Amino acid sequence: MPMNNMQMVFGDEQGMLLDSARAFCRDRSTMPAVRALLPSAQGFDPQVWQQMAALGWLGVAVAEDFGGSGLGISSAVPLVECMGKHLLTTPFIDTTLVARVLQQAAGSDLSQRYLPDIVGGQIASLALLESEDWGDPAIGVTATPAKSGLQLSGAKTQVAYAEVAELFLVSVMYQGVARLLVVPTAAVPSAAVSRQTCIDETRRCARVDFSGVSVGMENLLPGDADSTLREVMLLGALLYAAEAAGSAAACMDLTAEYLKTRHQFGRPIGSYQALKHPMVEVLVAMENARSFVYHAASLVNEATPDRDAESACRMAKAQASEALKFAGDRAVQFHGGMGFTYECDAQLYIRRAQWSQQVFGDAYHHRKRLASLLLDS
Amino acid sequence: MNGTDPSPSELAEFRAEVAAWLEQHKPADPGFLLPQTFMEVGSDQQLEFLREWQHKLWSAGYLGVHWPSEYGGRGMHAAFQHEVDRELRRQRTPITFNVIGLGWAGPLILDIGTDQQKALYIKGILSAEDIWCQGFSEPDHGSDLGNAQTRAVRDGDDYVINGSKIWTTMGNYARYMILLARTDPSAERKYDGLSFFLSPMEARGIETRPIQKITGEYGFTETFFTDARIPASCLIGGEGNGWRVAMQTLQYERGAAAGAAGGLPQVRISVSDLIDDIRHLRRDGQPLLEDPVVRDRLVELIMEEKALGLADRRTGLPGLNTDYPLSLPLSFKLRASEYQRRMRQYGLELQGGLGSLYVGDEQAVAGGFWQRAYFNNFATTIGGGTSQIQANIIGEQVLGLPKS
Ligand SMILES: Cc1cc2nc3c(=O)[nH]c(=O)nc-3n(C[C@H](O)[C@H](O)[C@H](O)COP(=O)(O)OP(=O)(O)OC[C@H]3O[C@@H](n4cnc5c(N)ncnc54)[C@H](O)[C@@H]3O)c2cc1C
Repeated sequence: MPMNNMQMVFGDEQGMLLDSARAFCRDRSTMPAVRALLPSAQGFDPQVWQQMAALGWLGVAVAEDFGGSGLGISSAVPLVECMGKHLLTTPFIDTTLVARVLQQAAGSDLSQRYLPDIVGGQIASLALLESEDWGDPAIGVTATPAKSGLQLSGAKTQVAYAEVAELFLVSVMYQGVARLLVVPTAAVPSAAVSRQTCIDETRRCARVDFSGVSVGMENLLPGDADSTLREVMLLGALLYAAEAAGSAAACMDLTAEYLKTRHQFGRPIGSYQALKHPMVEVLVAMENARSFVYHAASLVNEATPDRDAESACRMAKAQASEALKFAGDRAVQFHGGMGFTYECDAQLYIRRAQWSQQVFGDAYHHRKRLASLLLDS
Repeated sequence: MNGTDPSPSELAEFRAEVAAWLEQHKPADPGFLLPQTFMEVGSDQQLEFLREWQHKLWSAGYLGVHWPSEYGGRGMHAAFQHEVDRELRRQRTPITFNVIGLGWAGPLILDIGTDQQKALYIKGILSAEDIWCQGFSEPDHGSDLGNAQTRAVRDGDDYVINGSKIWTTMGNYARYMILLARTDPSAERKYDGLSFFLSPMEARGIETRPIQKITGEYGFTETFFTDARIPASCLIGGEGNGWRVAMQTLQYERGAAAGAAGGLPQVRISVSDLIDDIRHLRRDGQPLLEDPVVRDRLVELIMEEKALGLADRRTGLPGLNTDYPLSLPLSFKLRASEYQRRMRQYGLELQGGLGSLYVGDEQAVAGGFWQRAYFNNFATTIGGGTSQIQANIIGEQVLGLPKS
């Protein structure tokens, strides 16, 4: 039973990466900087993005042959957790996921064409979702052979950073089979990209209508996409879980700080157990999320995720979604009237919680699949 | 810790030796109900059985492996004892029941006791010749332990004790008690008036009265002191330092500090045992395990249990615990005991009509195991500092929140 696998590793290399990530995120993503980006069009600072590329972070999932560091996708986990803790929000997760897929499944021509640029800072995004249903296996976007390659039809929704991405990795049906297709944004007219309004204002996403777009046959990834899609769904769940775990810790710290300083009835409000005890529940939920995240990170590196790795990723996402949701909800309540304001940072976390829980499947989505893995032996 | 870390192959070899010994020597089912924790030893029959088992395990060299050899241990690295403990769990042996000695009094004496105290007490703890109990709680002072009022008055070479303790686990079987008593009632801070004793239970003036528990079984006593005289050499940690010593003891008890002799303090109960036991049951005419709500709840419990194991693993990787270093050790008791409470409670709920039967009924699922296990689990959410008190401690020490 996957329950017995308790693998967790944390080597010197990861320790160093974590240290530099901590320092970087703390310096580059102060609360005023986060706030300043909220109304901006892009949502992130292109300079910071370039610095991340210079640090080699965009190449962790990419082999040295294509300009990466070959550290493996698990090394993205401590990075993303730190980013979550400091609300440093960029196209990092989606770009890393695209890089991983190209690295694993694209064959060397496509890899050579796109991976070095991604490592250098080119933004890539996943175009998978078509409706509200993260659990729907059906794909509505189609690719049909035309004169000059493939002609697409259909739209994707909530495509992260679609307005600034330079390529999309799109799931399509091609001759009745699920396939993945690289679509350079140059092939997509700008009118086809319509910005959506994210509940988490640190993020950007858009609906992309691919109808009428044509790309070359060679942009089709080889083979049936089912197992790659399954894998990218799991890794996406893991990375967003790591980010949510980091944000949950920051949210907890914010609330704990207020509970120490705000006084009512002549006492700091944190001395009231009606506030103190739920904070301990937040702590435990957050720590459990981190444990699952580190465990999953220890299992996912090279091979396609086995049962244990699948179960670990799902547990990580289910737990982290709940932990951040709870932390954000209590953060608003425990700040009182201040918590209801836009000015109070609690809003950043409660908004993020709503985004995070859905992306790559909510807690119930994952527990439902865990039930099959764990109970139907 | 003794010596350098043993190699994985040394440990594996030792583990194999332990496993083989256990296969051969672990006791067969005695045909009567055995305690699931040391807090449930309620009959002479259970006591004698468990005493014999612990003695046998120690004689074979598998208890207190890392305790000093001059006091009955083997002076080896603690990792060897962990191997034994894991094997005891795996082979589902009976518990090593002298837990207050093995887990709390023993490490305390080894840490701060005199050589004379070590020579007097440690070996008897390991061999189960001397059973230990704990005299902390009083009828009027439980969570507010620092307010304990049992009096100890110095009189020549003795202390004279008056007062009463309650919920004394194994009080009627113990030879010694770790006792918290007030030596200075006029101390300005209530904590400063306390002292800590390794008290004999056989002194004149000490009486115990067994108390029947929620399960109908026995296991703890009320303990009365009426002008009981104990030698002054029983004092440990110095007069007036009782609170500090008691807090150190509670660190061992709550699993937040290492040093225990090892063994199996309680039967390990897992949600996978529960799933095995209820797999054949039905709800709404369908197999229980096909009900989506049941499945979802079971997955939540499986996750919670898995998170406990992962937290243990994580504790060994300090690089992953730099931001809240005390969080995992200080929350261990709260997480584990509350998880077990929820899981066992659900174990009853899942049984449908059979959940209303109890131990002794032929039709009860697994002989009423889950019923008894649920009730008994409150020992861990109440004893050793209640869950609410644990939450106070964590909130204050990990999150830095102000005192309640
Ligand atoms: C099976 C079992 C075995 C035991 N064995 C021993 C033993 O061997 N030796 C020994 O000395 N003791 C033993 N105990 C006693 C145990 O340590 C106490 O019961 C415990 O500390 C609680 O004290 P109390 O019973 O007086 O409850 P109280 O302190 O009266 O608590 C009642 C309720 O109030 C809550 N409460 C109290 N204070 C606070 C606060 N500040 N904040 C929030 N909530 C609060 C508690 O959580 C609890 O829910 C045992 C208990 C049990 C159940």
